[in-house]
Amino acid sequence: MSETYDQPKVEPYEASAKRTKSLTKGQITRARVTGIVMLAMAAIVVVVFLPNVEGEATFGLSMPYESIQLDPLVVPVQPALWFLALVLGFLGGSQFVRGFQRKATLILGGAFGVFVLAMMVWAAAGQEFNLESMLVATVARCTPIALGALSGILCERSGVVNIGIEGMLLGGAFTGVVMGSLLGGWVGLLAATLTGGLLALLLAVLAVNFRVDQIIIGFVINILVLGLTSFLTSQVLVKNPEWNDAPIFPAVPIPVLSNIPIIGPMFFNQTIIVYAMFVLVGTVTYALFRTRWGLRTRSVGENPKAADSLGVSVSKVRYLAVIYGGMVGGFAGAWFTLGTVGRFDEGLTGGRGFIGLAAMIFGAWNPIGAFGAALIFGFSESLSEKFALLDVPIPTEFLGMAPYLVTIVVVAGLVGRARPPAADGQPYEKE
Amino acid sequence: MSITSPDGKITIEPDDGPGASFFRRLTQATDWKSGFVIPLLAVFTALVIGAIIIMLTGSSFTEMIDAYLALLKGSVGSLRAISVTLTEATPLILTGLSVAIAFRAGLFNIGGEGQLLIGGMSAVLVGFSITGLPWFVHLPLAIAAGITGGALWGFIPGFLKAKTGAHEVIVTIMLNYVAYRLVDFLLKTTLFQREGRNDPISKNIMDSAQMPALLQWLDPAMKVNIGLFLALAAAGFVWWLLFRTNTGFEFRAVGANPSAARYAGMSVTKVYILVMMIAGGLAGLAGTGQILGVLDRASPGFNAGLGFDGIAVALLARSNPIGVVLAALLFGGLNAGGQYMQANADVGIDLISVIQALIIIFVAAPALISAIYRVKSNASATQISQGWGS
Repeated sequence: MSETYDQPKVEPYEASAKRTKSLTKGQITRARVTGIVMLAMAAIVVVVFLPNVEGEATFGLSMPYESIQLDPLVVPVQPALWFLALVLGFLGGSQFVRGFQRKATLILGGAFGVFVLAMMVWAAAGQEFNLESMLVATVARCTPIALGALSGILCERSGVVNIGIEGMLLGGAFTGVVMGSLLGGWVGLLAATLTGGLLALLLAVLAVNFRVDQIIIGFVINILVLGLTSFLTSQVLVKNPEWNDAPIFPAVPIPVLSNIPIIGPMFFNQTIIVYAMFVLVGTVTYALFRTRWGLRTRSVGENPKAADSLGVSVSKVRYLAVIYGGMVGGFAGAWFTLGTVGRFDEGLTGGRGFIGLAAMIFGAWNPIGAFGAALIFGFSESLSEKFALLDVPIPTEFLGMAPYLVTIVVVAGLVGRARPPAADGQPYEKE
Repeated sequence: MSITSPDGKITIEPDDGPGASFFRRLTQATDWKSGFVIPLLAVFTALVIGAIIIMLTGSSFTEMIDAYLALLKGSVGSLRAISVTLTEATPLILTGLSVAIAFRAGLFNIGGEGQLLIGGMSAVLVGFSITGLPWFVHLPLAIAAGITGGALWGFIPGFLKAKTGAHEVIVTIMLNYVAYRLVDFLLKTTLFQREGRNDPISKNIMDSAQMPALLQWLDPAMKVNIGLFLALAAAGFVWWLLFRTNTGFEFRAVGANPSAARYAGMSVTKVYILVMMIAGGLAGLAGTGQILGVLDRASPGFNAGLGFDGIAVALLARSNPIGVVLAALLFGGLNAGGQYMQANADVGIDLISVIQALIIIFVAAPALISAIYRVKSNASATQISQGWGS
């Protein structure tokens, strides 16, 4: 693919050594643009948020069921907003004038965080805003996104593009609820996982053996599963409502840890699906970067020819990685039914698979990075839900757009740059 | 095999790299086996599997036959059915062309949904906000607005691909979701929202911006309109552009071998931006036709998956503009028949999406069809994009 891109010019050694002292023209432009973005955020805080609020914002820090109740955080709105606007103005100003260079991406991210904080203070002015319930919801909502991203990472690290994550989620959600209703939640969880694995098998057969365009297969998996589950819902589940009524996994508090204020309810009083997500993020990170299997998988994703010449079976490695990825995707689907409402509705995953894809890219094909991205996306989801509840006059649609816009910015390399595995999406033909 | 410019002066040899089979696929479009036999067998096999699915969900053999008869009757069984088929096929021709022309330049446009939405929203805005114009001014103005809106939405992935190398599949997927949210937002603004309504629905377009219906003098329910002729004209235009102009030759050359095209002095940057703008404009025209010819207003989800169906149409047609028209008629017929089947045979319309998905699998992997029917075919598996590995 390299020939279609305009390759970045390789700088001679002296130039790259000099760069640490004086900035290149491109860096200066970038510093100016990001500086202006931050100054604009400061201006929004001053012009839009400040004039029409007063009083205090109350942030609840505890869930009602907790044994240790923290006092709510009371913030005087006007001074707090002035302070945050000043921080934004300072960051933007210094970025505009001299630039933070290597730290610029981090600073920009921090500035967005400060801006969101200002938005929350403004939204909560004169109201009760339970921060803790929003943080708990963030971790729950991040779960299917992080697992979906993990599914994509497993496939793509071996060189198989998976845009069928959405279909795998939906398939897992469907069989999960049916088997869960008939035979109990654990069987449902198993069925969801196997469904994802089966869909991944289709991806593997067509991608590895038949060498069909992987983007087409992923796309087909999405519409096939959407069509099939919608058809089966209207033909079968509507007539047999008892097949669409699964038990929901309850939150399991972990002794002692769940009593810690703030992080207790967030991380230690969730369902087993959420715990499984934490375990899987850790396991996949370890497996990919610390085991022989992981080394082989990554080498097949980066340079299948070299791996092949060293005796690694490219198709076997790809089959395994894709099927593992599919199983994680199917398991993630169970969150939508067995982890929340216990029933299936047509298309209930609502594009979360694509947010997972976005988290994978934003996290630069790394499980920990993808988990971080999923937390941010989960936060924006629960924040927009909270804003809708508080009747804040901010169109929540724009918060919903954030994951997609951020992904475009990242793939375009406007801020930072995420690089996919080198052989991602290329079928391998043994010579 | 190589491709040659209309004046015969430049010849581009195909890339032997991972994208090579894409070029082979293009040159085989005239081969009757891979062009007709395989697609027909793919459709047939998908219908057979559809029948099995119907019977597995508890219908008897006769009920299954009844469902398929309803499918046939609802698509071509009467003048009214044919009108529905043509109405359904009209946007599919346009979104199919949108995907096909991008395929020819080696780009995968998954963003038809977003381009269609933005195009439709631009058309509806011009359609309801301007008053007092005669139809022969207002209608072309609204159509132009729709095409422009779609082209602008297509410009973004084309520009980013050309300038930064951002993979068009990722950018177009993300832009679809941005467009969904944007439409949800716009339909609740005072500019778009109908007076006195709380739900997201736009004002109705003026009569002067409506696309005239063709057969309403026979039966007021027949919605087939001049949008059909626009779509057919667009197919002719895309064929002419691709095979009779230098610009089209550049598209195909970049699709076959970008580095050879660049070496021959073509601007790959220009091709990527231009082809995505044309693709976006075609999808925008599809949305415009839905608004001005069928719906008269915009509401969330008026894209109705048409942008995605366009991918299936383009694949079945092997990116040939004439094939796109035929494939769109087939899919339009399936959609029309599916509605009739749902109403009269108690088999849900979602079966049609399953059948369409199966058709794509079999078309994209002709080896499956060859294996089932023992047809010899030299068609290779469809390989268009090259993944996002660098």
